Amino acid sequence: MKSAVVVFPGSNCDRDLAVALEQITGRKPAMVWHKDAELPDGTDFIGIPGGFSYGDYLRSGAMAARSPVMTAVKEAAERGVPVIGICNGFQVLTEAGLLPGALMRNARLSFVCRNVPLRVENSQSLFTAGYQAGETVTFPVAHHDGNYQADPEALDRLEGEGRVAFRYLEECNGSARDIAGILNDAGNVLGLMPHPERVVEAAHGGTDGRRLFEGLLETVA
Amino acid sequence: MKARVFITLKNGVLDPQGKAIHHALEGLGFSGVNDVRAGKMIELDLTDGTSDVDIEDMCRKLLANTVIENFRIERLETA
Repeated sequence: MKSAVVVFPGSNCDRDLAVALEQITGRKPAMVWHKDAELPDGTDFIGIPGGFSYGDYLRSGAMAARSPVMTAVKEAAERGVPVIGICNGFQVLTEAGLLPGALMRNARLSFVCRNVPLRVENSQSLFTAGYQAGETVTFPVAHHDGNYQADPEALDRLEGEGRVAFRYLEECNGSARDIAGILNDAGNVLGLMPHPERVVEAAHGGTDGRRLFEGLLETVA
Repeated sequence: MKARVFITLKNGVLDPQGKAIHHALEGLGFSGVNDVRAGKMIELDLTDGTSDVDIEDMCRKLLANTVIENFRIERLETA
């Protein structure tokens, strides 16, 4: 798998994601700076990492979504290349229009930083093939703007089309219908607030995130 | 030429910030506040002749997230 991790000014989970990808796929991802207009030839997986791109100016992810590299990411996503956006990456993908809805300030206004149990709602996607539908996994969250909102019709469509990938099993940030992660309509773009890349090593407190990357490796490679 | 863009959350979108401000006002003894909605104002210094269409385009493409926000443009006439 030839993966690429996009780096914006203010990204801070880019190295975590790179380490997880290297461990699981055996190949170092290309780190692509936000000003690059192109992704490396043959890129078959793109990760948009967590952090505080552009200091969260204007809205979380708003500036990053308009940076030069995102044109290339959109083109790749349209060709079917799998794209994952984690935390700030999820915010970037909604701002870029690759995923519906928006991520707003947490309902209680506090930064939430803890491990949360999630239910895997859909095990049919590229990203969740390594899990059983209905299975509970625990991923850490660390965010201030994770409150997922969309209009009721958009939420119904996500539910009806099986595009809710992960759901919080306990109140986390006020998200509509406890949505933690969603897929685009083609199923090759996933955005989620929790951090699977932080739970790939037992020494770091868990390995529930490993299967997400292992599943991808199997389907992509 | 200057213009101001007022960005507000759409009706029905939960505004936790507005709620917190409301609570704080009540804490200060202001009991007559029914609701608070927080937004932002962006002031643009523009080349003369910039059209309304251009400013609206700026709002739609960047300044507002129309999934959750409304915007209103106010032109400031300079003397």
